[in-house]
Amino acid sequence: MLEVSNLACSRGDHQLFSGLNLELQPGQIMQVQGENGKGKTSLLRTLCGFILPDEGSITWCGSDVRDLAEEYFATLLYLGHHNAIKDELSALENLRISAGLAGIVLNETQAISALRRMGLKGRERLPTKVLSQGQRRRVALARLLVGKAKLWVLDEPLTALDVGAVVLIQELMGEHLARQGMVIFTTHQPLAVDGVEMRHLSLS
Amino acid sequence: MNQLSVFNLLQLMIRRDLLLAMRRRADVLTILVFFALVVSLFPLGVGPEMEMLRKMAPGVLWVAALLASMLSLGRLFSADYLDGTLEQMMLAPQSLSVLVLGKMIAHWLVSGLPLVLMAPVLGLQFDMSLPGLLVLMFGLLIGTPILSMLGAIGAALTLGLRGGGVLLSLLVLPLCIPVLIFGTGAVEALASGLSVVSNLSFIAALFMLCLVFTPWVAAQALRISME
Repeated sequence: MLEVSNLACSRGDHQLFSGLNLELQPGQIMQVQGENGKGKTSLLRTLCGFILPDEGSITWCGSDVRDLAEEYFATLLYLGHHNAIKDELSALENLRISAGLAGIVLNETQAISALRRMGLKGRERLPTKVLSQGQRRRVALARLLVGKAKLWVLDEPLTALDVGAVVLIQELMGEHLARQGMVIFTTHQPLAVDGVEMRHLSLS
Repeated sequence: MNQLSVFNLLQLMIRRDLLLAMRRRADVLTILVFFALVVSLFPLGVGPEMEMLRKMAPGVLWVAALLASMLSLGRLFSADYLDGTLEQMMLAPQSLSVLVLGKMIAHWLVSGLPLVLMAPVLGLQFDMSLPGLLVLMFGLLIGTPILSMLGAIGAALTLGLRGGGVLLSLLVLPLCIPVLIFGTGAVEALASGLSVVSNLSFIAALFMLCLVFTPWVAAQALRISME
């Protein structure tokens, strides 16, 4: 499905990685490891097409993602360092708008049940600026519940989350993999998904 | 869960930006107060000579409208850029140009349309005639969207730069000169008994041209700025 061959990426004059190969098949999960500044985020952003690689190709189902463009974006869910939520809007509005941007019509009941599953019961209609950092991350992560994207690209999904939420994310990843989804993510915390072999990619 | 059509997406984007503007009313009000103040300073500074004020009116109103719409351009994409929403927009399964067009329309509704509606009231301070006010309003009505559209390109290009606001004005203001010339020209033509159609047609032509090209150009500029 997702194939990366001979990828090279640099920021400024500094080369982050080169000759990178990886392959992800349905039902597989991959953790990108590396010290700070080794290019984990840049790799994930390159996979999303934000950064043009110096060399190499990224293909999805055999076609270059640059050519697929919107068709590829429809199968992709990216969660970056920023939560992409608006302080002025409520959790509910944020979730419905971000689902809409991803091309999904979400009614209020669906959105509320997704937020409740993320442990935000009673916080659905509060402006997100009054929520804590961890709760905001949960609002952003609620997108995992509503999309139908096949490929999840998650950059440090566990920052600011408590133990309970980390377990929940593991569950969600397990469900997604069982649906033949794919996950590629970075984290500095230990994370394991039951019954699935975790593949590792080290950048050094 | 149904797929959203292009039109729905456009609607979603406009609704979202209007909702955000409603929650941050101070930002919008600043622009309107700025516009009213700048225009009102001229009669005070120049003095109450009706003849001179009448001649200056269209130019003053147009320049003030131009500057007022510059004020809010810096925020057009930067808020979305800083909180990561812009990344999500780029990953939307539909064309980014449509989203950009939605943002342009919302920007105009918030910071262009109110100026059009305020212009006749402010024009009275300059003793403008009723037909003059109508022509001025119509010119602003089709001219201010051009400012929003051209401004969006500048805002996209200067995204994430330090001191981008000044650079943005330097980029966009020269491009707006034709709109200014034809907009004020229409009111002057009316005053000297000529037809206003040619001037307004030029603005309308520019408007159509911008409508077709600027969303795409701004979308490409955003992709470059994101790298």
